Amino acid sequence: MAKKTSLYSNEAKWGVILALPAILGFLIWTLGPMIASFILGFTDWEVVTNPKLIGVGNFKKILFNDFIFKKSIYATVYYSVGGVVLTIIAAFLVAILLNQKVRGLPLFRTIFYLPSITPAIASAMLWIWLFNPDFGLLNQVLGIFGIPKLQWIYDEKQVVPALIFMSIWGLGGTMVIFLAGLQGVPQELYEAVEIDGGSWWHRFRYVTIPMMTPTIFFNLVMAIIGAFQVFTSAYIMTDGGPNYASMFYVYYIYLSAFRYGHMGYACALAVILFFIILAFTLVVFRSSPYWVYYESARRR
Amino acid sequence: MRIGKTVSTRITKTLTYILLIIGSAIFMLPFVWLVRSSFMELGQIFIIPPEWIPKPFRWQNYIEALTAAPFLKYFQNTLKILLFNESGVVLTSIICAYSFARLRWPGRDFIFAILLTSLMLPYAVTLIPTFILWKMLGGLNTFFPLTVPAWFGGGVFYIFLLRQFFLTIPYELDEAAYMDGANPLKVLWSIVVPLSKPAVITVAIFNFIGVWNDLLGPIIYLSDPDKYTLAIGLSVFRSMYTAQWHYLMAASVVVLLPVILVFFIGQRYFIQGITLTGLKG
Repeated sequence: MAKKTSLYSNEAKWGVILALPAILGFLIWTLGPMIASFILGFTDWEVVTNPKLIGVGNFKKILFNDFIFKKSIYATVYYSVGGVVLTIIAAFLVAILLNQKVRGLPLFRTIFYLPSITPAIASAMLWIWLFNPDFGLLNQVLGIFGIPKLQWIYDEKQVVPALIFMSIWGLGGTMVIFLAGLQGVPQELYEAVEIDGGSWWHRFRYVTIPMMTPTIFFNLVMAIIGAFQVFTSAYIMTDGGPNYASMFYVYYIYLSAFRYGHMGYACALAVILFFIILAFTLVVFRSSPYWVYYESARRR
Repeated sequence: MRIGKTVSTRITKTLTYILLIIGSAIFMLPFVWLVRSSFMELGQIFIIPPEWIPKPFRWQNYIEALTAAPFLKYFQNTLKILLFNESGVVLTSIICAYSFARLRWPGRDFIFAILLTSLMLPYAVTLIPTFILWKMLGGLNTFFPLTVPAWFGGGVFYIFLLRQFFLTIPYELDEAAYMDGANPLKVLWSIVVPLSKPAVITVAIFNFIGVWNDLLGPIIYLSDPDKYTLAIGLSVFRSMYTAQWHYLMAASVVVLLPVILVFFIGQRYFIQGITLTGLKG
């Protein structure tokens, strides 16, 4: 090892220089603004005035005196938990189907993947039209089965389920990662189950699921972080309504800062979001020893 | 026993295909609805039960929609941002990933671990101070806020993805080049990058899609309609032509098409890149 290091004497110097953009970028675009957000959260700062330190005033107001915040938390958690669970299950099932050595895999994979790269603005427009209560496709389809018209995003109770439904359409990114994970499951394990006379259920339950838990874990964490930051559907489709039922958190931050000009207040909201996401992520991480299976851990 | 097994395999296969075909149909249906609406007369759009073949077939929807708002300008703006953003991301993420994957320097892994934590950071936390920073720098209503940050490693996610890939390349290749007197940059360009095409293309496509689809950034930083991107332009267009579904769908198709095109061109590398970089975690 020591000999390798001497092969190129300036290696460390080059290493630091080449990593510099990322390090500087982290300081300028991540750490700096993050610290600033934490400080500004303790100020009263309307866009036109100068920031004035007011202690925990913003946080007090948010937690005890802001009914939009409560609505926003409810909408965001409802959307995130519902959307993440359903998307992960659906993406996993699709990936398993695609992993059955089917013909036309590239075609199927593309079909299921495309919605996830559709520009959010374009899919938002499309789905407003699909959700249209009078002329939209969805109510027409429901009509075939004799189901009465739904109001979809135009009803306080239906708006979040409707948006969850729409988010499942975008399962492609999660699915591709599951598919990659499935293809990495060692074939011998399946053969071993077969030799022991196991059925497809045994293969699924005792090989596929355990071997896929790290991938499920990765997808779960990424999906939670992504879902909590949903913005476009509220901005384009619902304007946070009806009656704040889809006032997703990042949209509320956006409104506070850039429409109402409450910069300090918006920073405080952002700090709270940071801790909420941190809490959710920690719960998932803490739970992982109980259900995530790592090959290397077993070997040890 | 043997026969029973083949039969059950065949049933499973058939069932798989049936489910896949039904699933694909459901996933494609919104696109079909989008495209058919974009070619219809407004009157035909509202017919119940819905018709699927546009009659007459109105190509003009596209021309009329695209000339109703300065979409060409929006397109040029998006391209400009894309050009400066994409080049920054690809160039600097390669360089940084190379340093974290293949050069040894003190504190490297520790710093990389810290950088990785920013993957978990909600962007809303940095949004407002970053906006204020650009305001102080006089960068509001310019493309700088949407392009300059790309030149700082292009985001940890891309560095991570490339680093995973670079780690799989045998180190002996670097050593041989060093023996011949090459410096690290030379090794990077002549050995590592050519062997990492799928990963580099994956990063380029991911970033293309990200920039093309970005709405929040342009909304916050660009207030002058002359500077609008396609995404923001489309959202403005929507508020002007609320019930003109044929125009709205035509404009949406135009915004969607380049993404699909890029995906198809790079698809082979893209899927390979996701698989090989161990993105699966």
